[in-house]
Amino acid sequence: MAEKIKLEVVTPEKYVVDEEVEIVVAPGVIGEFGVLIGHTPFLTTLKTGTVRYTDANGKERFVFVSGGFAEALPDKVTVLAESAERRRDIDVARAKDAQQRAQERLAQEKAEDIDFLRAQIALERAISRLNLAGTK
Amino acid sequence: MATLKDIKLKIVGVKKTQQITKAMNMVAASKLRGAQSRMEGFRPYAGKFAEVLESLAEKAGEETNPLLEAREEVKKVHLVLCTSDRGLCGGFNTNLIARARQFIKAKNEQHIDVSVTNFGKKGRDWCRKQGLEFQSEYLGVVGGSFGFNIASTAGQALIEGFLNKTYDEVHIVYAEFVSMARQTPVLSQMLPIMPIASTEAESEQEEKPYLAEHICEPSAPELLGDLLPRNVYVQLYSALLETSTSEHAARMAAMNNATTACKDIIGNLTLVYNKARQAAITAELMDIVGGAEALKG
Repeated sequence: MAEKIKLEVVTPEKYVVDEEVEIVVAPGVIGEFGVLIGHTPFLTTLKTGTVRYTDANGKERFVFVSGGFAEALPDKVTVLAESAERRRDIDVARAKDAQQRAQERLAQEKAEDIDFLRAQIALERAISRLNLAGTK
Repeated sequence: MATLKDIKLKIVGVKKTQQITKAMNMVAASKLRGAQSRMEGFRPYAGKFAEVLESLAEKAGEETNPLLEAREEVKKVHLVLCTSDRGLCGGFNTNLIARARQFIKAKNEQHIDVSVTNFGKKGRDWCRKQGLEFQSEYLGVVGGSFGFNIASTAGQALIEGFLNKTYDEVHIVYAEFVSMARQTPVLSQMLPIMPIASTEAESEQEEKPYLAEHICEPSAPELLGDLLPRNVYVQLYSALLETSTSEHAARMAAMNNATTACKDIIGNLTLVYNKARQAAITAELMDIVGGAEALKG
């Protein structure tokens, strides 16, 4: 594939990815979607999960994202996320801690509590991170 | 002569103060660098976010969102006051608090109640002293290294309060980092969110035609409903970053002044000390000469 599309993954802290890539696959709220060069302008919120892309050398790479949304333009994909890390940067120990904490809280709280929802989201994040870190 | 020793002690004391202020200056300088780089790191996100929101707001058009609606009758407003936790930073907090006081006074004159959310201890202490109603406080945020999650947690609370009509408007007072030498207190409205389309619409002229054709998933109004709260977090986060950077810059300047002042004082005291020493020596010499003369006679 000759033509490349630009992928940017940005968090409030820094640029996580800024590369020319072949294809991007991201987890939209309604469903996973792939973007190649020349995509129709498209805007969606993202689920907590993994953005996959194939870099310029044809290698598949993975980025964890949570709390984000994506904008696709014909020549560019921008992912804005509250947190995002490349697979190799995931802190497994921290994610495991977070998972445990969330599970403990879920065991205690009542289902309608805000804290319960928050713990659920945290758990989802932790599991998603761990899943990604575990796949090689 | 006792005064000689007093002066000496005083010089030593001022020297120690100078050491401290110098150290604080350097600490502030290194923290400032960190804060500044974080501010710069946030800029692309904020920029992209504003871009997307703008194009989306255009598309969603007249679709109203509760966060955009101005209330007809404003009975109660909420103020987010960002100050530092620690002092020794010149007029930094005083300026911020003065801005807040001005705002609160103006609102009270219109018979509007004001409640406050505090970031930073100095503002909190002030509110407590004034007997103002403050809802929540976040200490140890400004000036430290905080994540985006603080802004989103606090932002969520603000949005909740706005939606359940605890208050009808939310404003924020923070320190804008203009330059190393200038940090100005700024007051801006957070909720209801001001019309977005008007901001910097000019610069994006050439991109507009196709931005308008975005496919949205879910629908544009829904997407807007998802992004608007995030806009509040972004605003809050950037205000906190600005305030932190400003705090360190203000402290650096204040400590720089203090170090210079110490230097001046030490100079003056040394002068006084030398004079006193000279006077003592002269007096002793006079004594000896006088004594010798007396023996001769």
